[in-house]
Amino acid sequence: MTPDITAFDDVPMSITVTITVNGERHELVLDPRRSLADVLRRELRLLGTHQGCEQGVCGACTVLVDGDPVRGCLLLAVQADGARVETVESLGRDGELDELQRAFTENHGLQCGFCTPGFLMLATALLRDEPGADRERITECVSANLCRCTGYKGIVDSIDSAARSAARSTPRSAARSASHGR
Amino acid sequence: MKPAKFGYFRPETAEEAVALLGAHAGAQDGAQDGARVLAGGQSLVPLLNRRLVRPRALVDVTRLPGLRGLAVTEDTLRIGALTRHADIETVTDPAVHTGFPILPESARWVAFPPIRSRGTFGGSIAHADPCSEWCLLAVLLDAQLIALGPAGTRVLDAAGFFTGRHRTALAPDELLVEVRFAHRPVLAALAEYSIRQRDYAVVAAAAAIRLDRWGAIAEARIALGGVADRPVRVPNAEKALLGAVAGAEAFEFAARVAAEDLEPPADVHGSAEYRRELASTLVARALRQAQAKGGPQA
Repeated sequence: MTPDITAFDDVPMSITVTITVNGERHELVLDPRRSLADVLRRELRLLGTHQGCEQGVCGACTVLVDGDPVRGCLLLAVQADGARVETVESLGRDGELDELQRAFTENHGLQCGFCTPGFLMLATALLRDEPGADRERITECVSANLCRCTGYKGIVDSIDSAARSAARSTPRSAARSASHGR
Repeated sequence: MKPAKFGYFRPETAEEAVALLGAHAGAQDGAQDGARVLAGGQSLVPLLNRRLVRPRALVDVTRLPGLRGLAVTEDTLRIGALTRHADIETVTDPAVHTGFPILPESARWVAFPPIRSRGTFGGSIAHADPCSEWCLLAVLLDAQLIALGPAGTRVLDAAGFFTGRHRTALAPDELLVEVRFAHRPVLAALAEYSIRQRDYAVVAAAAAIRLDRWGAIAEARIALGGVADRPVRVPNAEKALLGAVAGAEAFEFAARVAAEDLEPPADVHGSAEYRRELASTLVARALRQAQAKGGPQA
């Protein structure tokens, strides 16, 4: 084992950034090696974002950065300077689950729950972009993340059910999903 | 799974980034590497987290101006190094779709949407993974790679750019700024196989053909990924296609010739023999799909 070098005198080792998380602006002084997922959990105590593999494989730490789904472990928090971040904590309001979360509980979309925040954020981004996403689209989308309890049927059913109920409430996307033949 | 300590720079200009790379490139502090370029981070950050790479300085280029986007000028497609995979997937410019449809079509093979939303085209090229779709297409279409160094820019050919697994001809103080595709593929397709959907390909094959007016093959290019330490062309298979009538017989013969010329690596995902078989199947598939781009009359 080689010892860690603790500091260099000629490179910046602490960086001041501003990140907006779930609508709240935070000014943070960060060690640049902290991932966004680390900072969400440790600095901001938002423990809903789970950390699994920390190497981009599992997707448990998926959050939205400027609206796009992103692996929280693969983005250095300093790179999110100026960005708008959304975590699973932003989904429910006043103790109430949102429609997608409710669909997960009703369709056995989770078992141990570890991967759930990542899948919820992944699906939130999908349904925002494509409210009428069909089952095939949903299946392709969730291939980004790993679940090791249930398999993916319950998860796909949950997102599908949320998409169908959103489609029922908005006629335009209902027409679009009908044109997909599902 | 946390990176070793490093210093972080966010330069404002490409020239400043190159100067920083130069200033830290040669530095070796104990186990630390010199400087590394940080773009989308989708390949570098896993290596940092696993401490397989321990740079003393990261130069974050993500905010450098003018390096993101695709444009076709005078039959040449230029892709800025910071163009994200998702930008290529969702490009709306009709000139890209008519001249170089293989690029937006292939974007869906590049990992998953959360990776595509951050990962960059230039980062993928500079990372030089032997299975990378973008590296494969750069070799297939003889792309030119524009590198900025302390003395200005130079143009490198894709054929000599990839020098090994995760190795390129870029100097430690050079920054890849743009990739140019001057060869306009007429009929081209990419086919690959991965164990998990959108995971790294075990083997990937890309083909581009041009037919003369009688339906014979006038020009053929075939490139493969996952069969060597870098993406490779298979000149014997390309030659075997010339003058042949485009169709199953010619494609399957070329696919066998391609596979015979390979010495693929063996690993947990497949033996050398399995990869050779896969290469043959995928070359034939890429050729069939390329031909099909011309429609039923082609």
